[in-house]
Amino acid sequence: MSIEVKDLRFSYGEREVLKGISFKAERGEFLSILGANGVGKSTLFRCVLGLLKSYRGEVLIDGVDARSFSVREAAKHIAYIPQKSHPAFNFSVFDIVLMGTTSGLSALSSPSLEDCERVDWALEKTGISSLARRCFHKLSGGEQQLAMIARALVQRAPLLMLDEPTASLDFSNQLLVLSQARALAAEGYTVIQTTHNPEQSYMYSDRILALKDGLVLAEGSPAEVLTSELMASLYGADVQISSLFGDRVRVCTPKSIL
Amino acid sequence: MRIGSERMKKTGELDGHSFARGAIVILAAALLLCILLSFLLGRYPVPFKELCGILKSKLLGLFGVESEVFWTAPMESAVWSVRLPRILLSVLVGACLSSAGAAYQSVFQNPMAAPDILGASAGAGFGAALAIFVGLPGRYITFAAFGMSLLTIALVFWISRHAKGEKVLGLILAGIMVSSLFQAGTSFIKLVADPNNKLPLITYWLMGSLSGAKWQDIGFVILPMAAGVLPLILLRWRFNVLAMGDDEARALGVDAQKVRLVAIICATLATAASVSVSGMIGWVGLVIPHMMRRIVGSDYRFLMPASVLGGGVFLLLVDNVSRNVSTSGIPIGILTAFVGAPFFLWLITSWGDRYEH
Repeated sequence: MSIEVKDLRFSYGEREVLKGISFKAERGEFLSILGANGVGKSTLFRCVLGLLKSYRGEVLIDGVDARSFSVREAAKHIAYIPQKSHPAFNFSVFDIVLMGTTSGLSALSSPSLEDCERVDWALEKTGISSLARRCFHKLSGGEQQLAMIARALVQRAPLLMLDEPTASLDFSNQLLVLSQARALAAEGYTVIQTTHNPEQSYMYSDRILALKDGLVLAEGSPAEVLTSELMASLYGADVQISSLFGDRVRVCTPKSIL
Repeated sequence: MRIGSERMKKTGELDGHSFARGAIVILAAALLLCILLSFLLGRYPVPFKELCGILKSKLLGLFGVESEVFWTAPMESAVWSVRLPRILLSVLVGACLSSAGAAYQSVFQNPMAAPDILGASAGAGFGAALAIFVGLPGRYITFAAFGMSLLTIALVFWISRHAKGEKVLGLILAGIMVSSLFQAGTSFIKLVADPNNKLPLITYWLMGSLSGAKWQDIGFVILPMAAGVLPLILLRWRFNVLAMGDDEARALGVDAQKVRLVAIICATLATAASVSVSGMIGWVGLVIPHMMRRIVGSDYRFLMPASVLGGGVFLLLVDNVSRNVSTSGIPIGILTAFVGAPFFLWLITSWGDRYEH
């Protein structure tokens, strides 16, 4: 499934946050969105997810205007993996993941045995079967993130949107979540993540979108985007980019320490 | 049926809720047993054999079958016209208040929410006090309480639509303010009411009681109660999703605002109907859902039915105490806490961590 965002503009009252954002992501692509804090990455996510409706411009899902979707239809196309989830009550990991089946249910029904089997499959796939009965908010951040991914898989939506998936994770969990996202893109999911880590987005994603001041500063392959000029204008950081392993990896080192 | 139970067993193995399913079956059985035993309680003795005879003949009577009468007329009247309506009413009121409380706790994502949070009880109390004050006869007190309760919620909704900022908070604040207005109104009526005949009536009504329950009360409340509780039961899975917060719920395909609106309307209907026939019975709507949470967990697929059944069992038991311990009958609104609080304390101290692992 492809997503195309055309000239997206959004204002909170007087303050214009998104000033005309356009980009595309094709089926099987892993797109990373970079940008400083407060640049409008979350607002962009909220527009695409249909949580904010009063935007101008268009969000096209396979060519169809996302605003024409009902809440349920939108959920069948796009799954959201929040950075942190705080259910108001105690739920087991299994129940949290089971919530992914909701968009496939009619308004007054509850999940069936088949839905439970799908949850079992998704837990297996994300490697957290052993956590099924555990209480969700007793899990570590990484485990919760994997549960959210499992929930998105149960949702059967071909577009996965991850909001800073690695922000609060330890190093090994960051790699676990990113390689999971990478593998899903290889399977044909369209994966979009926001991130504050340029090096990781270079290693794991197919394309990078860099936002600044509500506009697209750069868009392209990681090799095109991750340059010291761009880092300077994106974050105002003076960094030296070093290429390693035949340019498979790029490291940003602040010049001040060299 | 075998295939059905096979599926049930498999589902339980996968989702780990076999215990909750079992608990609901046990609660349902407990409710039936309590109803049956409650017929035997009362100042006028009715032996078990006669009780069965009366119930059987009434049941067969529905199909036009005559039965042999081996009991006295006062027995039949005690069972059929006095005890049965009261038993049914206490079960219905308990079930409504408890399920409404569970629903409010979900839609406000707050475990401290109770059915009276938006002022349904305060409005009903004011309506009843006003009706007693102007000297309306018994059944109009019920109408007044029910009508005023719905009116209060409508007022709260109307105000909250004009509230700026966070919608849910606006609704709750409007509810608290309107509640306190109506409570002040009730206090004022009590102040100016005739202390010899009207004030005791008002006070007694406000304390909540099911004494004098009649078939006609059930006839009046059964429709709003059904219209309130059935959707709450059907929406039970949506309540789970709502607990994730509005944004996530929406991304999962649930229009949180719509579900919240429907749930509030239904829960209010059930609460207003309950309070209009029983007076103020606090506590049940807050605490029974919590007791059930301890037993079946927070999954509303099980919590909602368990709240309905548990509320019914609880209020029936408390009402049995109320109508049997003293000749005047202690108001049930007082007893709910006397009976329920120790039990709840036992529950939180001994069942504390069943779903925390």
